[in-house]
Formats: sequence, C-alpha cells, structure tokens
Amino acid sequence: MQATTAETLAPKGAGFFLPRNERHLLGLEGIPRAELLDLLEDSQRHRAMLDRPGAPTRELEGVTVCNAFFESSTRTRVSFELAEKRLSAISVSFASAESSTRKGETLLDTLQVIQAMKVDLVVVRHPSSGAAAFLARHLEAGVINAGDGQHEHPTQGLLDLLTLKQAWGGRFEGRRIAIVGDIAHSRVARSAIFGLGCLGTAVTVAGPASLMPREIERMGVSVASTVEQAMQGADAVMALRLQHERMEQGLLASLSEYSRAWGVDARRVRLMKPDAVVMHPGPINRGVELSPDVADGPHSVVLAQVTNGVAVRCAVLKHCAAARQELP
Amino acid sequence: MSLRTVIHDARHWRTGDRIDVTIENGQIVAVDRRDGERAGERPPRPGQVGRVALRGPGETSGSAPSPEARAPSGLPASGVTVLDAGGAVLAPGLVDPHVHLREPGQSSKETIETGTRAAAAGGFTAVACMPNTQPVMDNPGWIAWLLARARTTHCRVHPIAAVTLGQKGEQLTEFLALEAAGAVALSDDGRPIESAEVMRRALEYARHTRLPVIGHEEDLALRGRGQMNEGPTATRLGLRGIPNAAETVMVRRDCDLVELTGGRVHFAHLSCEGSFAAVREARRRGPAVTAETCPHYWTLTDAAVGEYDTHAKMNPPLRSECDRQATIAAIVDGTIDCFASDHAPHTHEEKRQPFDQAPFGIVGLETALGLTISQLVRPGYLTLARALELWTEAPRRVLSLPEVRLEPSCPADLVLIDPEAEWTVEPKRFHSLGRNTPFAGWTLRGKVLATWCGGALTHADRDFEAARTAEARWAPVAESR
Repeated sequence: MQATTAETLAPKGAGFFLPRNERHLLGLEGIPRAELLDLLEDSQRHRAMLDRPGAPTRELEGVTVCNAFFESSTRTRVSFELAEKRLSAISVSFASAESSTRKGETLLDTLQVIQAMKVDLVVVRHPSSGAAAFLARHLEAGVINAGDGQHEHPTQGLLDLLTLKQAWGGRFEGRRIAIVGDIAHSRVARSAIFGLGCLGTAVTVAGPASLMPREIERMGVSVASTVEQAMQGADAVMALRLQHERMEQGLLASLSEYSRAWGVDARRVRLMKPDAVVMHPGPINRGVELSPDVADGPHSVVLAQVTNGVAVRCAVLKHCAAARQELP
Repeated sequence: MSLRTVIHDARHWRTGDRIDVTIENGQIVAVDRRDGERAGERPPRPGQVGRVALRGPGETSGSAPSPEARAPSGLPASGVTVLDAGGAVLAPGLVDPHVHLREPGQSSKETIETGTRAAAAGGFTAVACMPNTQPVMDNPGWIAWLLARARTTHCRVHPIAAVTLGQKGEQLTEFLALEAAGAVALSDDGRPIESAEVMRRALEYARHTRLPVIGHEEDLALRGRGQMNEGPTATRLGLRGIPNAAETVMVRRDCDLVELTGGRVHFAHLSCEGSFAAVREARRRGPAVTAETCPHYWTLTDAAVGEYDTHAKMNPPLRSECDRQATIAAIVDGTIDCFASDHAPHTHEEKRQPFDQAPFGIVGLETALGLTISQLVRPGYLTLARALELWTEAPRRVLSLPEVRLEPSCPADLVLIDPEAEWTVEPKRFHSLGRNTPFAGWTLRGKVLATWCGGALTHADRDFEAARTAEARWAPVAESR
C-alpha cells in the first residue's frame, strides 16, 4: 500500500519554506554556486583593499545597518563594525544578552522597532537556531545571520571558504577537509559543510560520539571514527571550539582527555598533506583543540581567517544592500 | 410542544443500511431501515446532502419518513423537522479522549466554550479534557466546577483529574473523591510521572476506582532541551533533538509497573515504533494497557518542520517516516486502541517566536476526522466503519463512558458525515481560538455535515444552517393549518 497521500493533500509550495531572497544571508545551505563564487570573488577584492592602507570607500554610503547581538560576541561584532565603517555605512550596534526579553519585549517587537527607525540591514546574532530566518520572514530589512544558535554562521563559513581558496589556489574540487570536535553544537561546522559541499570539497567529520549529531551523513559528509583517520591525507583541518559547559552537561569527561583523543597536535598535522592548513574559528582554547605549536606553527591560517572575516563581511553587506535596493 | 427531528435517508455507519432516525427529547426514538435501499444502490446525490425536505404532516411521498414521524401520537405534527441526509453516513458522535480546553487560567489559548464549539464542528459529542490548567485540576472542587461550567456548551465534557497534586509528581490526589466528582481518568499529561515509585503507588491506588491512569510517557532527562525529533532535520537545522528513547523507556517502565501492580495504564499520544513494540510485548504478557495515537503521527514526519515551522512543533515530536509507517501498522493491527487529537491550542503570539521559544502543541479537533478519512480510509488501511469505531466506541471503552449506539433509547449523540466531500483547511475559520495547525491549506476528504449532542443540533454545515432557517419559517405555518 502506498501511504504518502500527505504530499498530495498538502498545498503546493507549503508556507514553511522561506523563498530565497538575496537581501538576506541566512545560511549557506542551498546557496547557488554562482552566488557563492561571486561573493568569494568580491571578498577577495576587499581582502586586497584591506592589505592596502587607505581611506574608507563609499560603497555603502547612505545605507543604515544595525548590528543586533543577542548573544555575546567580540570578534564577529568588531569584524562587522569594521566592515561597515570601511564601506562608509551608517551603523549602530547593540548587545543585549537578555535585556529586551527581560522587559517582556519579544525578539520580533525589538527588531520591528529598530526597523521603524529606517534600517536597511540587520546583522543579527541570537542563541535560538532559526532566529535569523524567523526575522527575515517578518522584516522588510535585509537580515544577515551572524550566528543563530547551533544552526549556521554563514559569514564564518564564507571566511573559511575564502581562506581555503587562498590556500588551495582557488581549486575546491578534489580537496578534502577534516572538521574535528563538537559538531553537534557548531554553527561554524554546518555553514562550512554546506559551503564546501556546494564547491565540491569532500568533508570528513570526527569527534566524540556524544557531540556528533544523528544522521550527519545526510548532510553529505563522511564520519571518521578517529581524528587520525579524518586527517590522514587531508588538505586542511578545521578544529572547532570546545565550550567548557560540555563537561558540566556530562557530554565529555575532561579537557585533557578531549585533547589527547581529538586535539590537533603536530603529530596529527603530519598525517595531512605537506601543504595542508590548520583552521580554527576562535577563540582558541590553547592546548585543547590546538596544541600551541600548531596554533602558531607554519600550517596555521588562524589569523588569516580573522582578516578574511572583515573582507567577507564587506562583500556580504554590499551584496545584501544591493538586493535590498532593488526592492519595489 | 415536543420537537421531533427525523434524519431521513442516512447510511448506517456500520451496516451501510439506509435508515431514518427519529430523535425526540434528546434520545433516539426510532431507527427505521429503508428496506430495498441498501448502500450503493442509490449513490448520494451531490448538492442535495443536508437539504431539508419541507414536508407537511400527512403528505405522502415515495421516500417519506417513518410513520411515527408523520403521525406522532398526541403531539402536534408541526414540530417535526425532517432533515434529508441524502445518503450521508450517520454515526454515534465522535469522542476525543485527549484535549486541552485550557480553562481555567489560559483562556487566551482556548475556553471551554470555544473548545467545545470546535469539538462539535469536528463531529465530536464528547471530549475528555486534560487537567494541566492553571490551577491544575487536582481536587474534586475543580472537577465539579468544570462540569458545572461545561453544562451549557456544545459537547459533553469529561474531566480528567491530575494524578499528583499540582502535577508535581509527588503526592497523590484523592482518586476516590475525584471519581465521585465525575473525573473519568487520571493523568499528569503535559508532564511525565518521573518517579517510578510514585507511578507504582498511583497504579495501585487507582485499582480502587474504575479510572485508568493516562501516561504522558517522556523521560525528561533524555528529552533535555530537545525541540524536535532527533534526526536529519534537527541536525540540519541545528535544533536539539528528542530521541525516540525518551518515549519508549517510559512506556517500557510503565508496562513493567502495570505488571507489578495489576493497575491499568492508557498510553497517551504514542508516536514511535519502539512504543508500539513495547505495547505488543506487554499485551502478550497480559497486563491491562491501552494506547492512543494522533492524526499528526500518521500523517506527518519531522520533515514538516521545514524551515523552523512552529506549527509542526508538538510533544512528542513528529518522528521519522519509519515511525509514521509503524504508527499506521499499529493502527491496522490493533495495537492502537483508540484515536485522540491531543488538541493543544496556543495563541498566535506564542507560536510566532523562534522555534526553541515557541510552545509545543497543535490544534486537532477540527481536522481529526478529515485526516482520518484522507490518510487512513482512502488509502485503504481502514474501513470507514473501523476508523469511526476508533473515534467512537473505542475511546468510550478506554474511559468507561456509557455506550452510544444507533438504537432507540440511546442518547442522540450523532454525527452526519459525508466521507467523499472535499474541503480545504482554513485556520481562520476554525471555531477554536487556536489556529496553530500544520495543515493550513490542505485539501481533506471527509466532512462533518451535522452534529447532534443530546438531540440538540450543535453543529451544522452551511446547507444545514439554511435548513434550520427554513424550519423556523415553516413550523408556524403548519401550526396554523
């Protein structure tokens, strides 16, 4: 008996899938390859401009941006603010760990109020997965996801791709990367997996079983049982940040055990290709995810990632602002 | 003046016989078989379903109602209303053993008035409402209050009382007094009884009553901060998962406790394969367990969460396709004893939040029958009669409610159904205050044409509304003759 009459009964284009709109950057899942390559190319141009000291450009003059951070962040926020200032956007930021919700105001109310002050783009970080998509569904402004819960962190994903593009001479096909650590709670991992998948790079993940989400294979990655197996012959390794609260939650025994079993150290780096790179989204727990010699060693591109972050955010802001201005 | 209603030319839900049913004083007074007109010999006439045949007393016609209706002894015949069912299916009113009416304390989500109105629109003539209100229905005074308040609404309301005070899972409530006050079951629904010891004592103590303990089976530690089914969609969306084991370990525990105590458990809203396996296993050993499941578990999978659709967020969560198939198999093989909607209304504001902040639950009363017919009857898993049994006789058995049959002297709790009619789910037209359904825009088969509770018409589809107006105009004219 064929059971799935559900599909025939459901309305066509059921409402819960948000139509893709380029004024938002909510994630790298499903991003068209051409759009991704354009963004990387423009990011590379901004990276070159960053390396040449000089006055800000006027590329976003007259565009208003609000950086709304509902979860603490230093580097992402500073990176966005610098990008906005380099392009001469009018930008304001607020960090509100809980304040607005404490006052009984919902997330949507808060952002609608800010939008009413005539903001073109909202850069949002929020502890709830899906918060950026939720706002995009209800706001006229363009929404740029600066990290939503454990879902995605697309500008981090783009800066990782830009860093790999530079390290790999622009060729993503035929490469393989190992992503190591707390996959379950990592929005960085998800954006990287979607972005790399779009560009044809093979992804192997490794980490403690208690931090490996169910059926991650369905996202097009392979799962290695050990970090050695994941890194063997790889072109890059991305070590994910380990939150200390994972120990309190009983998901891990101790930092030292984690470091011995899944830390990226010089011995493990030697399993990779000779020119392979070591990445980390930061901030690093030195001696836990990366041994100090690896973090500061010749394979590390950690600081290049940070610089690329500003460049990528310049490109994303411009991309979303341009799409927003095309609105009828 | 006593009013008689004749439901003319309906199809008996079980036998398929063409029947005329006469209702008076809230009871069925006659069921007449229209011999020679068995189901199938005369297909329902489209467009005529539910239209009143305005026949005066003594009029003769080839398809006239029963003699009693035409000439009720000692009564003015003008009080007879004849409703032409046009071959639609007449069944005992549906019973929902698991709804949340939200009153007292949460009347922005739903009230007894709107909840029972929604029930009537869904074809229900009785609902059992869960005690997780504010305050919790944990003492006989509240049960009495609820029954008094529900007396003038649109369907019969059977209160379920809490197992423990405040649903805290610690101290037992007064089962005997609660039963005497009118409670039909005991449940801490919305929360599990975490302590196996408390559950054991509850099952033992409940043996002094006829009340089943309805289990909300969930291991809170395993659920953790889970928001949806643990699986590929949760992984993709970065939402914390709820594993099947959060349900199955508690189902297994309570099967063992039933065996230990000789008590009786009814499992609420089972959603996954492991739970059905546990129930089958327990039945082989003999303990008294019964189980229900809900339309969304046989219709949808966790993929319906799509891009964080909070209207697909309920607890237990929508599971995998494998579990959905297992749910249908458990319905077909009888592991599931009855259906329930787990009608759980919430406000628009509560559901319009980021996924992890929105509450669990969807409304179900007004889509239950349509999803049953569309998803189970039409694909051939169940006959219409068996499907209706799971919404009528079966929940009555589970809750020990009096039987309602299509026979004289039974209460006229009836529903008239057109199993072929197509309709579109429009939440804005729901009678419930809750519009939180994942089925908005769906086209369903199987429509409730009219519902009678205790002989009173509690819901009528548009054609029937027209019929009632016609009746009001017609009656005085007839009297003046």
